[in-house]
Amino acid sequence: MIKNGLVAMLLLIAAGGAHADTVYQAPDVFVQQAFEGAAPQMQTLWLNRELKQGVKSILHHPFATMRVRYWRDGSRTAWILDEIGKERPITLGVVIENKTIMQLKVLTYRESRGGEVRHAFFTSQFIGAMLNNKWQLDRGIDGVTGATMSVRAVTRVAQVALLFHQHVTTGTTRVAQQ
Amino acid sequence: MYLRVWLCTLAALILTAVPAFAVEDDRPSMEQMWEIIQQQAKEIEKLKADAAHRDQRIQDTDLKVEATADAVEQGAGSADSAATWAEQTSVGGYGELHYNNLDDEAGGDDVDEIDLHRYVLFFGHQFTDTVRFYSELEVEHGIAGEGKNGEVELEQAFIEWDYAAHQRAKAGVFLVPVGILNETHEPDTFYGVERNRVEAEIIPATWWEAGVAFSGEFGAGFSYDIGIHSGLFIEASEGTAARLRSGRQKVSEAKADELAYTARLKYTGVRGLELAATVQYQTDLFQGETFAGESSIDAMLYEVHAAYQSGPFQLRALYARWDIDDGINTVTERDDADQREGFYIEPAFKITDQLGLFLRYSEWDEVRADAGSDMSMSERMVGANFWLTETVVLKADYQDQEGVDGRAELDGFNLGVGWSF
Repeated sequence: MIKNGLVAMLLLIAAGGAHADTVYQAPDVFVQQAFEGAAPQMQTLWLNRELKQGVKSILHHPFATMRVRYWRDGSRTAWILDEIGKERPITLGVVIENKTIMQLKVLTYRESRGGEVRHAFFTSQFIGAMLNNKWQLDRGIDGVTGATMSVRAVTRVAQVALLFHQHVTTGTTRVAQQ
Repeated sequence: MYLRVWLCTLAALILTAVPAFAVEDDRPSMEQMWEIIQQQAKEIEKLKADAAHRDQRIQDTDLKVEATADAVEQGAGSADSAATWAEQTSVGGYGELHYNNLDDEAGGDDVDEIDLHRYVLFFGHQFTDTVRFYSELEVEHGIAGEGKNGEVELEQAFIEWDYAAHQRAKAGVFLVPVGILNETHEPDTFYGVERNRVEAEIIPATWWEAGVAFSGEFGAGFSYDIGIHSGLFIEASEGTAARLRSGRQKVSEAKADELAYTARLKYTGVRGLELAATVQYQTDLFQGETFAGESSIDAMLYEVHAAYQSGPFQLRALYARWDIDDGINTVTERDDADQREGFYIEPAFKITDQLGLFLRYSEWDEVRADAGSDMSMSERMVGANFWLTETVVLKADYQDQEGVDGRAELDGFNLGVGWSF
């Protein structure tokens, strides 16, 4: 019995073959698609004190970097952001136009559990989402059983991306009453 | 007269001629003009060169600022290796404090106590992108040691390897992939002060074993776990309960004469839904030993559950069952100890983002019941969770138990505070 089980497992390993790859889409491909193949020049947003405080209040921890790369064409912006779920960062791409999320995608998932957040049935909830005047999303997000922390991470990245968009397109982090 | 006219004429000529001569003297010659143009061209070239130099310096400064920001963000300099190590190492934890005020309707085993039920620390380290370590160290009931109520337990300590795309293998001490709470049991993730009795008594959660396991995804929302690991060991004597929960060896010099095999299939292809089924085979609950004349007691565990969340509504339901070799009946001096099962159903509703209410109905076989008596226990519970933050929760519930002769039927309320980070 034990031998049979071990043989089955060895066969399973052999069937695996290639190296692990949790990259679901490369960031440059995501950006190209966000602007329909005509990605604008990458820009840098340096975080001032107001932005840092805003991000901290959303993430419940300080933002890890001093600046953020983004792409902008008129009122449309694209953001590549990382946030830790339970232990490891999840890389997300967010496209925003006129303060509204047009697309949210998990580009790289590194956690052991909770990868269900990458599925369209989950990420599609964010399409159309905006910030309210408390920097919260204007809608509830249904969770995924066993992936609570990944769900929180994705939700927070959506909020932060909307805040950054607000800042670069209007020069303020203040959100007007919708 | 003639002289006066002549002088006037001369004066008029002088007056009209002098300005003309003056303008003609200030006007640069062609040579002078050429010299001026050349000087101005040189000035323009110099200004252009200065502007280009300034642009270059601005670009250089931008590059230096970017490089400085890179260095700061990446933790440059002498602290580089320490920063990298810190980035690759994770620390977390959770804890829960409970107050139980329960009256035993069947006897005198009231429970009135306050207990730091669990204090847990996680440590993990990422060796490479594909190899990592994870551990969970727990102190139960506040204090551990000989004659004390609590224990220090290493519930997880394993190496995990991503050996292929969406495929993982792990070796070490890990949580058995069964049930809803066994793998995800931070207090802010479930309703009720105490973990539910069905998973605790039947599965029995929290349950960890040592061995190797594989997990991965098939696509379309399906994932799997399979593992070979240490098994339960029921050290029974004639007439004892042979309680499965007591058979957890906790990987402490665990007998490994006979191993166990676990397989789980999970479906999460629809928003908010998780469906899962686990089957486990225990080759010998007696681990090669003989008790009350019985040996080679194998057992099968079947578990299915569903968890669904839509907006503020949540529903959890679970069923688990053990089929054990009927030799266990001889040992326990019962005729029904070879089958143990339980289920619960738990609807919940979030009134606000912070406040949620729940109901739970549970039934399970309490194998510690006296021989010959009915093992069935049931419990009705109602309660609330109030999340101070996403991961800090206050809990309150009321429970009403019924069942088993000779076993405590605990009715009353529980209060708790839990956190994770």
